[in-house]
Amino acid sequence: MRTRWIAVLRTPVGAGAGLLLLGVLLLAVFAPVLWSHQANAIDTDHLLQGSSAQHWLGTDNLGRDIFYRVLVASRTSILLALLATAIAVVTGLALGSAPAILGKRGGRAAIAVVNIAVAFPGLLLALFFAVVFGVGAKGAVLAIGFAGAPSFARLTQTLVAGVAERDFIAAARIAGVGRFRMLVRHILPNIAEPLVVNATIGAGGTLLAFAGLSFIGLGVQPPAYDWGRMLGESLSGIYVHPAAALAPGVAVVIAGLAFNLFGEAVAKGLGVQVPRARWTSRTPEAVPARDSDAVLVVEDLQVSFPGPVTPVRGVSFTIRKGEIVGLVGESGSGKSLTALAVAQLIEPPGQVTAAELSFLGAPLLGRLPVRSTAATRRRLLGTSFAMVFQDPMTSFNPTKRIGVQLAEGAREHQGLSRRAAMNRAIDRLRAVRVPAAERRAHQYPHEFSGGMRQRAMIGMGLMGTPALIVADEPTTALDVTVQRQVLRLLETIRSEDDVAVLLISHDISVVAEICDRVLVMYAGRVVEDLPATELATGARHPYTRALLAAVPDLDTALDEPLAVIPGRPVDPARLPDGCAFAARCSFASDRCRTEDPVLVDQVACWHPQAQAEYSSFRTGQR
Amino acid sequence: MSELRFDDVTVRFGRGGRALTAVDGVDLTVPSGQVVGLVGESGSGKSTLARAAVGLAEPAGGQILLDGVPLRHRPGARRPLQMVFQDPYSSLDPRMTVGDSIAEAMPRGARRRDEVVRLLELVGLDADRVSAYPGALSGGQRQRVAIARAVAGQPDVLIADEITSALDVSIQGTVLNLVRTLQRELRLSMLFISHNLAVVRYVSDIVAVMYLGRIVEVGPARDVLGNPQHPYTKELLAAAPRRGSTALPPPDAVADAEPADPHHPPAGCRFHPRCPVGPLIRTDREHCLTLDPTTEADHRLHRAACHHAAGVLRAVGSNPPVLMELKEDSL
Ligand SMILES: Nc1ncnc2c1ncn2[C@@H]1O[C@H](COP(=O)(O)OP(=O)(O)OP(=O)(O)O)[C@@H](O)[C@H]1O
Ligand code: SF4
Ligand code: SF4
Ligand SMILES: [Mg+2]
Repeated sequence: MRTRWIAVLRTPVGAGAGLLLLGVLLLAVFAPVLWSHQANAIDTDHLLQGSSAQHWLGTDNLGRDIFYRVLVASRTSILLALLATAIAVVTGLALGSAPAILGKRGGRAAIAVVNIAVAFPGLLLALFFAVVFGVGAKGAVLAIGFAGAPSFARLTQTLVAGVAERDFIAAARIAGVGRFRMLVRHILPNIAEPLVVNATIGAGGTLLAFAGLSFIGLGVQPPAYDWGRMLGESLSGIYVHPAAALAPGVAVVIAGLAFNLFGEAVAKGLGVQVPRARWTSRTPEAVPARDSDAVLVVEDLQVSFPGPVTPVRGVSFTIRKGEIVGLVGESGSGKSLTALAVAQLIEPPGQVTAAELSFLGAPLLGRLPVRSTAATRRRLLGTSFAMVFQDPMTSFNPTKRIGVQLAEGAREHQGLSRRAAMNRAIDRLRAVRVPAAERRAHQYPHEFSGGMRQRAMIGMGLMGTPALIVADEPTTALDVTVQRQVLRLLETIRSEDDVAVLLISHDISVVAEICDRVLVMYAGRVVEDLPATELATGARHPYTRALLAAVPDLDTALDEPLAVIPGRPVDPARLPDGCAFAARCSFASDRCRTEDPVLVDQVACWHPQAQAEYSSFRTGQR
Repeated sequence: MSELRFDDVTVRFGRGGRALTAVDGVDLTVPSGQVVGLVGESGSGKSTLARAAVGLAEPAGGQILLDGVPLRHRPGARRPLQMVFQDPYSSLDPRMTVGDSIAEAMPRGARRRDEVVRLLELVGLDADRVSAYPGALSGGQRQRVAIARAVAGQPDVLIADEITSALDVSIQGTVLNLVRTLQRELRLSMLFISHNLAVVRYVSDIVAVMYLGRIVEVGPARDVLGNPQHPYTKELLAAAPRRGSTALPPPDAVADAEPADPHHPPAGCRFHPRCPVGPLIRTDREHCLTLDPTTEADHRLHRAACHHAAGVLRAVGSNPPVLMELKEDSL
């Protein structure tokens, strides 16, 4: 957290705004101490004079130096603005968090009050309160403070509502935490950051508002003075002594900007920013002629991020026509990144490199010399490649009907007419066995159940004539029964149209049932590549075996603890020398800890286990 | 050690036309010191039932009793029920240290420091994690902290809602082992919710199957899984992966039908649109379309909510004559 704030100050805008704000604040603290005397010195010989060497910005009607007065006025102006902001924030917080404290009925009342208050323009409220609280600095502070409260209250309400949804609030309630403590310990700390940012931005606005009130005589009263009052007094002489009127105005603007810019910089720095992706290939355009059945060839694929971390480090595999290949491994092993790299979807600042990455014989990496080739590549991916994600809700546009979304791609990539594309969409929905496809095509994504959305997503992939479907955890969010349906659908598509499927899952039992071949990933590498039928008996890599043993099934012995894989997954930023699995492997030797095994003969291990040892391994691992 | 009993509990969301009955007249008992595993598909109302028990959802009807006394939930008071949530990434306050989170759940007057350390050790975490923030922990470690927090409240009953489904398979095992050990050591009564039958089988003494807001079958784990009565339970069992299986079970046309819409639950037996032995397959079972099988469930083995469940506990003499006639018809 703290490091993120520091990072904000490292950006040019953040640093500039920070310095400016610091300067303004220092001025407010020290100016009256240093220059009060000069600012208050009455010089009856030089009344209402213009700029001179003695008085840079001239003098006022009592002959006092305007330059020093602007400097000294900074304390009153900023202090009062901060006070008003504090009142706005505290009142806003109290109103906005009232629903969390008061319970249902009181909360509803608080929300109603805020809703009404927000509807009034802030300026109107400020004037109203200024009249109510009376003319003078105190009245103005209260007026502006209360006028600013509703918008903070609204902000607080929104933020509180966001946090209140989270499970930790529910957990605290169950633990018997009282409402007040809940607010102070759980809710406020989690919304403090956006509140502080908004309060900083708000302080800039308050400064302006305060200057406004003083300007029209409702704010600071003589003999005290702030920038607003100075502006008001010198305005009558603006044609004669423009500097005297402009100086306090400029001061207000600079100080206001300092708060505003700093707040904006922090807000921006704490959010997330995404630059554009870079795709490079170590050997662009070099596509050796291969096995003509190969749909996807991946050779030494690496995905890295600044840090630097390389979560995918040299993955190679080939998928042939009509083949279902499973990719399993725990979270963080690089499964999804591999899929995203294949689909050209790695978000920057990620970087993808590969000795070869080709789809249907066409290279996917590297800069293409001719524009038409780039278009061809896009069309190839658009029509022959389909991707299915874990959560189809986020992959569909919630505001568009399912049928329209399916049809869109077909119109773009295949040049179908609107009518033809819609017909095909309905046909494809039928193909993925969405019931009442015609009616369903006119529904929105949220009207579909999870399983049906997943099928529609697959249907979207089938709008073209895909040669490859990449499915990333397509069934993880679904129930066993619905899961079966989706898997069966993938299998049907494969057998009917000879489509290849890359199925990514952390659940090795799912993969075993539908795949021809299984790739096991660990720490960014494929550590074993074996036929699915051999999973149960023929796995040779210790990790594959441990993974298989760790999944409870309907035959797991009830009187023994479950087999577990000891230790933790490796952090891709801190890979050990040698085998990445060594710390968790019961077969690790000294060689394992120093030399990194590579995939030889379908397994990346110095001590691959023989098939016969399997049963003894399973009992031994518990 | 306490018994938790749901007595005809109903929970509704929304009003009027958009109303949805997420839990519909559920009777379920978690006997003292035992684990009840609750399975059912997504949206069947499992979490809603759990949330009603801990006071996060307001029942529209029925009662939830702890040792025969209705539960009251007052803010700030100690809760005899504690809950562990599915997502360990959202169930811990990111701005609070592990130690503070656990200490907060303790009853007043406990010797907090020592107790926190003891609990951390109980769930297999180092004592020096006390001052760590959740951000520095892995999913499995967070879930351990969440379990420690729940145990810190010295609950009579512990509710675990899908506590392993957000975790990797390689970590699932350790958390399940922990839950099982803790439950045995502390003799906790527990409601364990999961959609994974294999996981439920491993931890539960009793299994309850939920479908569209209702319990359709409940009984000792071994019996329910070994001799399922309700077609839905059978379907769940058929769909669960088995060790070494390398082929999908054969497709089943009816089971593949779309899940029912909870806003408009089917009349009669709620499972009938998907039932492989129901009216859509066997024309002689039309009564499933209109007659609710839950009313007679108490007479059947495992309280199965199915007119055609094989096992009957006692003679059906007390049944309404309509049902008798229909049964004769169907023979
Ligand atoms: N706050 C809510 N407002 C309206 N409807 C809700 C709310 N919470 C749950 N529901 C609905 O109630 C029904 C039961 O939901 P619940 O979360 O209890 O299911 P579940 O069995 O726990 O499912 P899962 O396995 O997906 O967790 C669902 O149809 C759900 O959409
Ligand atoms: S190389 Fe060594 S440490 Fe790595 S998996 Fe094989 S035996 Fe274990
Ligand atoms: S009551 Fe009828 S429809 Fe319902 S589960 Fe039994 S056989 Fe199937
Ligand atoms: Mg749930």
